[in-house]
Amino acid sequence: MGREGEVVTTLVPEFERTHPGIHIEVQGLPWSAAHEKLLTAFAGDAAPDVCQLGNTWVPEFVALHALEALDDRVRGSPTIDPSDYFAGIWDTNVLDSKLYGVPWYIDTRLLFYRRDLLASAGFDAPPRSWGEWEQMLGAMKARGGPDRFGVLLPLNEFEPLLVLALQQDEPLLADDGTRGNFESAGFKRTLAFYVDLFRRGYAPPLTNADVSNIWNEFGRGYFSFYITGPWNIGEFKRRLPPALQGSWTTAPLPGPSGPGASIAGGSSLVLFNASHVKDAAWQWIEFLSRPEIQSRFHDLTGDLPPRRTTWNEGALVGDVYARAFREQLERVKPAPKVPEWERIATELRLVAERAVHGQLTVDQAAAELDARADRILAKRRSLLAQRSRS
Amino acid sequence: VRRQRAAWAFVAPALAVIGVFFFLPVLAALALSFSDFDIYALADLRNLRFAGVRNYVELLQRAEFWNALGNTLYFVIVGVPLSIGISLGTAILLHTRVTLLKPFFRTALFAPVVTTLVASAVVWRYLFNTRYGWLNYALGSFGLAAIDWLGNPHFSMPAIIVFAVWKNFGYNMVILLAGLQGIPEELYEAARMDGASAWRQFVYVTLPMLWPMLSMVAILTVAGYFQLFAEPYVMTQGGPLQSTVSVLYLMYDEGFKWWNLGSASAVAFVLFVLMFAVTGVQLRFMRRGATR
Repeated sequence: MGREGEVVTTLVPEFERTHPGIHIEVQGLPWSAAHEKLLTAFAGDAAPDVCQLGNTWVPEFVALHALEALDDRVRGSPTIDPSDYFAGIWDTNVLDSKLYGVPWYIDTRLLFYRRDLLASAGFDAPPRSWGEWEQMLGAMKARGGPDRFGVLLPLNEFEPLLVLALQQDEPLLADDGTRGNFESAGFKRTLAFYVDLFRRGYAPPLTNADVSNIWNEFGRGYFSFYITGPWNIGEFKRRLPPALQGSWTTAPLPGPSGPGASIAGGSSLVLFNASHVKDAAWQWIEFLSRPEIQSRFHDLTGDLPPRRTTWNEGALVGDVYARAFREQLERVKPAPKVPEWERIATELRLVAERAVHGQLTVDQAAAELDARADRILAKRRSLLAQRSRS
Repeated sequence: VRRQRAAWAFVAPALAVIGVFFFLPVLAALALSFSDFDIYALADLRNLRFAGVRNYVELLQRAEFWNALGNTLYFVIVGVPLSIGISLGTAILLHTRVTLLKPFFRTALFAPVVTTLVASAVVWRYLFNTRYGWLNYALGSFGLAAIDWLGNPHFSMPAIIVFAVWKNFGYNMVILLAGLQGIPEELYEAARMDGASAWRQFVYVTLPMLWPMLSMVAILTVAGYFQLFAEPYVMTQGGPLQSTVSVLYLMYDEGFKWWNLGSASAVAFVLFVLMFAVTGVQLRFMRRGATR
C-alpha cells in the first residue's frame, strides 16, 4: 500500500531468484482506498494471497474469517522468532490467543520538538511526565505570547488523544470489548489533561487543514511540540530549512507520572484463508521478515522495523531521530482489538473536539463516548451473547 | 399491434440495462435497509438479521442525522437561490450588447465547472486560510477582523456554499444564456415602444419567457445540492464540529467507511423520499407559475 507497495517491488527479483518456481505479483493500493478495496475484494472472492494490513484492521478481517492462523507456521519457522519482536507490536496480531499476522513495520506516535525553543525557555531535556510537560508548555507560552503555541494537537486526528489515553491502566473498552469504558477515572484524567492544554492556550484548537503547512509552521516556531509518527522524520529532514536541522529532534512520550506508553501501530503481513498457494506465500512473508531484508526496506522507505535485531545493525544504529522510537517501542500498547475500533476512535475524536470547544464537560464527554461506543458495539454484544448461549 | 411490438423491441435493450443496473440495485438497497447488514453479516450470512424499520427509527433518533439534515437544508436553502441568482445575473450581463470580450468572459465564467473539484478545493483552502488567505486579506483591508473560515463552525458552511456556488454557477449560466438568446427581440421592441423601463422589461418579458428554463435549472440544482458530498469531503472532512456533514456524507461514512450497509441504505432512502417530495412541490409550483 502506498509507498511500501512501490518499494517492495524492488525486493521481488531477489526473492524470485532464491525461490525458483515462485512468482510474485505485487498489486499496489493507495492507503485512502485500501480498506474499502480489500473488503470488496474479500466479498468478491478476489482477495490476494499475502497482504499488508494495518494492524488495527486485523480484528476486522479475523471477524470476517478471512485470515489464516499462523501459530504453527511461526513455530516451525527458522527466521521468525517472536521474542525478537517488540511485545506490544506482536500482540496486535493476536486474537483469542491465535496469531493472524507477522509485524512488517511499526508506526507509533511520540514527540517531535524544537530543542532550541525549549532551551530558550530554560529546559535542556524533553519532558518525562505530564507535570514536567505542562511546566514547559507554561514557560513557553509565557515567552511566546498569544500567537505561539507549545504543542500542536490537530483536532482532526484521534491519535494524540488516543496515545495519552492508552497510558492509563484502565482499558478503553470493558466486558470483552463489548462496552465503552470511557467513564473510568483514568480516561477522564487523560481527557481533562487534553482539554486543559487547549483551555490554557498551550495548544491551538485547529485541524491539520487549518495549519496549511505543518513543516513551515514548525520551522517558524508557531508550535514547538508535535505528536506524530516515524514518517515525519524523513519529512522534517526534507522540508525544514538547513539552518533549523540541528534544532529539532524526537523524544519518547511523557506519561501521567514518568515515561508513558504509546500506541502499537503499524502494518502486518497476513495470509488469506482463500489462498491456494499458502506455502509459497508464507515463504514470501518469511523473506520479508528477515532482519537484513527489513534493514534494506528501512533504507528504502524510512519505515521502522519491528525486530530488535534489525535495530541493532545497519543504518538505524546511529540514527539520532530514530533513537526515541527505539525506546518508545519497548512501551507500546495495542488499541482495543475489536472490528469496530476505528469507528469508536472516530467518535473519540468528534466528542473530544466538542469538549475542546467547551460544548461538553469532561464528565459529559466521557458519558457521551460510552453511550456511542455501546451503540456501535451492540451487534458484537448480541453475537457474543448468542455464541456463549449455544 | 405489430408496431407496438417493434417499439418494445427497440426500447427493450435500454429497459433491460436500466432494470439490471438501476431498479435491481435500488430494490436490493431497499431490502438491505430493512436488515442489519454489516461486516459480521459479510463474514457469515447467518449473522444477518431482519431489522424491520429499526434502521429508520434509530436514524430518526440520532442527533447526527438531524445535524446532517440541518446542514444539508442550510446548504440547499442558501446555496440554490444564490447559485441561480448569480447564474441569471451573469447570463444577463453576458447577453447585454454593451459587454465587451463576451467569448472570453463566457469561457472564464464557465471554467470552474470543468476544473477538477479536488484541485480547486485545494486552491480554495488556501484562499480561506485564516492567516495567509486572500479572503481574510481582503477583509483586513476593509478593517474587518480575520475569520477562521474552515475552523469556525459558524463559517464553515458559508465557506462551503461560496465554494460550491463558484464551482457550479457557470453551468446554469450557460443554460440561461441560451434561454435569453432564444427570446425574440421584437418582444423587447414592443415593450420599449409601450414605454416599459428596463426593470419592467425584465419582469414582464424576460422572466416569463425564461420560466421553463428557470424551472428546469431550479429542479436540477435543488436535486444536485441535496446531494452535497464532495465539497465538504475534500475541504473540511465534515468538520469542524460536524458542521459540514451532509446527509450523503453520513451515508458514505455509514456505508463505505463502517460497512453498515443496512443503516446506510436507510439513510439513502430517507434522502430519496425527501428529494422526491421537494421536487414534487417544486414541479407543482413551477407549473402554476407557467400557467399564470
